[in-house]
Amino acid sequence: MSSINQLLLEAKSVTKYFGTITALENVNLKIHAGECLGVVGDNGAGKSTLMKVLSGLYKPSAGSLFFDGKEKILESPKDSQNLGLEMVYQDLALAGNLPIGENIFLGREPTKNLGLLKFLDYKKIKELTDAHLGKLKINVKSADQKVEELSGGQRQAVAIARSTAFNAKVVIMDEPTAALAIKEVGKVLDLINSLKQTGVGVIVISHRMDDIFAVCDRVMALFQGTNFAESELSKTSRDEVIGWIMGKK
Amino acid sequence: MENKDQEKNSLYLKIMPYLEKYGILLLLVIMIVVMHFLQPDVFLSWRNVTNVFKQISWQSMLALGVFMVIVTAGIDLSVGSIMMLSLMILAIVAKAGAPWYIVVITPLIAGFLCGLFNGLGITLLRMPHPFIMTLGTLYIFRGTGNLISGGTPISGFTDEVRYLGHGRIDLTWLGLEKSQYLPVSLVLIAIVYIIFWIFMNKTRTGKWIYAIGGNPNAARASGINVNKILVIVYSLCGFLSGIGALILAGRTDSGYPNAGLQSELDAIAACIIGGASFFGGRGTVLGVFAGVMIMGILRNGLNLMDVSSFWQQVLIGSIIVLAVYIDVLRRDLGTRK
Repeated sequence: MSSINQLLLEAKSVTKYFGTITALENVNLKIHAGECLGVVGDNGAGKSTLMKVLSGLYKPSAGSLFFDGKEKILESPKDSQNLGLEMVYQDLALAGNLPIGENIFLGREPTKNLGLLKFLDYKKIKELTDAHLGKLKINVKSADQKVEELSGGQRQAVAIARSTAFNAKVVIMDEPTAALAIKEVGKVLDLINSLKQTGVGVIVISHRMDDIFAVCDRVMALFQGTNFAESELSKTSRDEVIGWIMGKK
Repeated sequence: MENKDQEKNSLYLKIMPYLEKYGILLLLVIMIVVMHFLQPDVFLSWRNVTNVFKQISWQSMLALGVFMVIVTAGIDLSVGSIMMLSLMILAIVAKAGAPWYIVVITPLIAGFLCGLFNGLGITLLRMPHPFIMTLGTLYIFRGTGNLISGGTPISGFTDEVRYLGHGRIDLTWLGLEKSQYLPVSLVLIAIVYIIFWIFMNKTRTGKWIYAIGGNPNAARASGINVNKILVIVYSLCGFLSGIGALILAGRTDSGYPNAGLQSELDAIAACIIGGASFFGGRGTVLGVFAGVMIMGILRNGLNLMDVSSFWQQVLIGSIIVLAVYIDVLRRDLGTRK
């Protein structure tokens, strides 16, 4: 990252309890435009919980979120979507029984309204899907193919296409390459790099050092629900980051 | 060898979507042809065909409601009881001398409210599965129906109230005989099924119902208010059971305590035979209609041939198991591993 870009999202002192368990304690996070932040940590370190707080799926027990410098309280994922934050879940959060296009627009389908009734605009869904998949250079047989008929890599591509279909500012990806065949990993990483170039802030949660060092500009480590370490990628090494994951500095 | 497998696979992929969509209609047509050859004089006669439609009229409403619930990967065991309670309320309101347009609306409202009760119970009380909530209301609604009526039949409604279940559309102006009439209930089935076909396939809410059945987490993550959609689905299911009550009132001219006993199982059976998957997200309105018709024709045909009703039970049960086995195979083959 050569210049100092606009701060898109900031989490300050986020704390989350589940009953008596403390999943996150005073965690801070910042993401700028065109930047990729890698978030690492062992299982149970709080990565997924933090992302679910950012996307509005969980409400933080304490702490605050700032979008474009303004404090916002998220009631549901819909609120974070409206603020330009999109999430690509590890389990992909796609409905296998629906076609690609309907998955990309699920929850935000273009409609033709007739009084209270909202009819789906299938033609527009198809047009927008073809255009968007084309823009991201994602190849599928047809936008009408059901998602359950796709390979793991194609599903990941659909999930990323879904996250970027509405001019997202920040995209969070949870283990984007974990379920992929090796030859498909490169394509997804290319997709992340091209998102960065369009000014999107990308947060990547990953266990794979190869991924982190291929696309990220900055890396932060969570350990037992707290900020453990953070660094520009150029100022650290794989061994050091792996040490952070284990709780060693 | 691999090539052959691929060829087989691509042929399979081409045929499968059609088979999945229209296979059940094929089965229906085969049944009709077979019945026609077994009973050439009677089966396709005007009288018998209209009879089949009259017999399936109220079941088809329950099945349609349960179908929407099954698409969300839920279940509604209470539809028979909702229908009975709605019918009893209708009978009491009718006996109290309310004008016909009030009497006609009562079961629809009662059914809707029962469904709303189910939906709110499932979502607000966070029941582990809709099975439990609706098993509870299966007893609650029927018990309430018996409480308000004293457990005795209430008979005698006006012609207006009985119109949907009992009315006849005269076709003599088409040059047909007086006996060749169109039952109003048949027209009602057609209208309701077309409306719900449009609802499930063309509207956003319908799409969300399928999405919830396909992957509730995906639906939630997409910002869909899953609980609200579920409440709508269970309420509509109740509403359709209310329509069923209105039709039954017309057909039997009576509110009686055993109305709709075990008909929730018939409704579920029709959905399953019609290709709706218990895993959720799969099934069509057309399929449910075919499922209802297959059960109706099976009963009618076996009656015509004087086969004991015990055999009917065995046959319907066998068809259910077979239909679900086909669903399992379809799922195994249709999904990439």
